[in-house]
Amino acid sequence: MFITRILQNDRGGQIMLAVLALVLVLVPVLNLLVPEGNFLHMPTYLVTLLGKYLTYALLAVAVDLVWGYLGILSLGHGAFFALGGYAMGMYLMRQIGDRGVYGNANLPDFMVFLNWKELPWFWQGFDMFWFAMLMVLLVPGLLAFVFGWLAFRSRVTGVYLSIITQALTYALLLAFFRNEMGFGGNNGLTDFKDILGFSLQSDNTRMTLFVLSGLALAGGYLLCRYIINSKLGRIVVAIRDAESRTRFVGYRVEHYKVWVFTVSAMLAGVAGALYVPQVGIINPGEFSPLNSIEIVIWVAIGGRATLYGAVLGAILVNYAKTVFTGLMPESWIFMLGALFVLVTLYLPQGLAGLVQQFQAKGWLQRRAAA
Amino acid sequence: MSEGAHLRQPEAGQPDASHKAILYLEGLNVSFDGFKAINDLTLYIDSGELRCIIGPNGAGKTTMMDIITGKTRPNSGQAWFGQTVDLLKLSEPEIANAGIGRKFQKPTVFESHSVAENLELAMHGNKSVWYSLRARLSGEQQALIDATLHTIGLTDHYHQQAGALSHGQKQWLEIGMLLVQKPHLLLVDEPVAGMTHQEMERTAELLTSLAGKHSVVVVEHDMDFVRSIANKVTVLHQGSVLAEGTMDDVQNDQRVIEVYLGE
Ligand SMILES: Nc1ncnc2c1ncn2[C@@H]1O[C@H](COP(=O)(O)OP(=O)(O)OP(=O)(O)O)[C@@H](O)[C@H]1O
Ligand SMILES: [Mg+2]
Repeated sequence: MFITRILQNDRGGQIMLAVLALVLVLVPVLNLLVPEGNFLHMPTYLVTLLGKYLTYALLAVAVDLVWGYLGILSLGHGAFFALGGYAMGMYLMRQIGDRGVYGNANLPDFMVFLNWKELPWFWQGFDMFWFAMLMVLLVPGLLAFVFGWLAFRSRVTGVYLSIITQALTYALLLAFFRNEMGFGGNNGLTDFKDILGFSLQSDNTRMTLFVLSGLALAGGYLLCRYIINSKLGRIVVAIRDAESRTRFVGYRVEHYKVWVFTVSAMLAGVAGALYVPQVGIINPGEFSPLNSIEIVIWVAIGGRATLYGAVLGAILVNYAKTVFTGLMPESWIFMLGALFVLVTLYLPQGLAGLVQQFQAKGWLQRRAAA
Repeated sequence: MSEGAHLRQPEAGQPDASHKAILYLEGLNVSFDGFKAINDLTLYIDSGELRCIIGPNGAGKTTMMDIITGKTRPNSGQAWFGQTVDLLKLSEPEIANAGIGRKFQKPTVFESHSVAENLELAMHGNKSVWYSLRARLSGEQQALIDATLHTIGLTDHYHQQAGALSHGQKQWLEIGMLLVQKPHLLLVDEPVAGMTHQEMERTAELLTSLAGKHSVVVVEHDMDFVRSIANKVTVLHQGSVLAEGTMDDVQNDQRVIEVYLGE
C-alpha cells in the first residue's frame, strides 16, 4: 500500500503514527462514551489541550522539513502559523453574524467599535468556508514564496537568513498590532461562536477538531516523508550538506529552497488554522519572535532531521510547559533555555538520537549474547 | 558565420565547436582585493582534446576553473563555450546543464548519501523540482549507475555512505559523478592526489579514453602523471600562460624551469 511504502524504512514514524492512531480512537471513547464521574472519563478541556499539542506537532514537522533536511534555520515559522490562524479566525468572526455585542450582521464588533462603515476588501469572501480554507494555504504559501524567492535568489544563507526570518515575524507582529490594519489590533480575533454551524463549545465539535488535528498531523507527516524519500528529498539533503556542489551538478538550488520553504509554510498555516478554533483566540502575540524560536527548540530537543523527533519534542516540551507554567509561571522560559542548552551539549541528536542509541546498544548486546 | 553555416548546426545540447575550439578564454582578469589571481589569461581548448594544465601553487589554475563554471566572475575578459554559449552570462547550474562538468580539487561528494545515490544525483537529465518529486530510476539509468560503479571500482560500496569512503575512493566517486553527468567538457582538478600508483594508472587510462568524444582539461601537480597522459601542456604562472606545448618542450623551456626552481 501507498502508506506502508512511504513508511518503509521509518521505524520511528511507524511507531509515532501507530500511537497517534491509538490516541485518536481512545480519546473519543474516553471522552464521549465513558460517562462523566467514571474515573476513566476524559474531560473535554483535556481533549482540547491534546488537540492544541497536535497542531504544535504539525508545526514542528514543518520546521523540521526546512531546518533538518534543507538546513535553513527558519526563526519565523510562527508567522506562517499565525497567518493560517488569522485566516481561520476571520472565517470564525464572520460566522458570528449579528450575535456580536453590537448586533451588526455585516461587521465584526471591533470594526463597529472603530466606526468603520463597511467591510474592508481583504475581508471579502471570508464568510465562505472554502475560501477561508484556501487562504489558510495561500496566504502563508504566498508570503513564503515571495520571501524565499527574494532571499534565496540573492543567496542569503546561515545566520543572516535566520535573522531576516525573525525580522519578518517581528514586522508582522508590529503590523497586526495596529488597529488600522483591520485584524482586531491588540485584541486580535476572538469570541467565536461556531464553525460550519456547529457550536465551538460543544463536546462533539471539540472532539471533531481534535481528531482533525490528529489527521492533519498524520497527513503532514506522510507528505513530508514522501518528499524526503523522493529524489527531490535527496537533492534537498544534498543542498544542506554541499550547496555549491549541488549547483555544479546542475540543480537550481534556489528553486528547491523556495519550493520546500513554501510547502513548509503551508503546513504551518494548516496547523495555525486548526489551533485557533481550539484555543478560541488569535492575536498578534502569535507573531512574537520568541514563539518561532520556541518551535526550533522543540525540534532540537526532539531530534533534528527525523520528523518523528519533531512530533515528540513538540508534545513533550509543551506538556512540560503546561505543567510548569501551572506550578511556577515565571520560571518556564529559564527552564526551556536550560533544557535547550543541555540537549545541545549532551544530546546533539535530540531524544530521537537517544532512542536510536539505545536501539543500537540493545542490538549489540543481543549479538554479543548470541 | 560563414555561408552554409546552417548546414552545420550542432545537434541540440551539443556546444557549437564548428570552429575547432570548444572553450575560448580571452583576456580574462580576476583580482581578489587588489591581488591579481588571473592576469590577462587567454587560452583555447580544442574539441576532443586532452589538455594538462600545470603551474606552481597559486598560479590561478583553480580560479580559472571557477570562472569557467560560473563560481567566480572575472573583472574583464571573455569566456565562451563553443561559438554560441557565453559562460559569463550563465549561472552555475546553467553551465553544468550546458555540458561542463567539474571535479573539485578537494573531493566534494554528498557525504550523507550512499555511493549510488551520489551518482543518481549527478546524473544528466531533467533537474527541475516537480520532476524530481516524481522521478524514479529507469532501467537505463540503473544500468548507467552499475556500469559507472564498475568503472570506478566501487561496485562493492553501492550502499555505503560516501562520507565513510577513503580519500582516494572519494576521488573516484567524484570522477564517477562527472561521468554520469555526461558533459562535453570535463574540468578535472588534481584527480590523483591521495591515490596509489596503481590507482593513478587507472585514472590515466580513464581520462585518455574519454578524450576524443569529450574534451578534457586536467590540472595536476604530479609530473609523471601529466607526462603519461598529455599531448599538450599549458603552464600557468601568476595568472597567465607562461608556456604551451608538448611535455618535453615545456620542461626544457627556460622560463618554466626558472619558475619551478624559484619555488
Ligand atoms: N576567493 C578568493 N579570495 C581571495 N583570494 C583567492 C580566492 N581564490 C583564490 N585566491 C588566491 O588566488 C590565487 C590563485 O589561487 P588558485 O586556487 O587559483 O591557485 P591554484 O593554481 O589552483 O593553486 P594550487 O595548485 O595550490 O591549487 C592564490 O594566491 C589564492 O590565494
Ligand atoms: Mg588549485
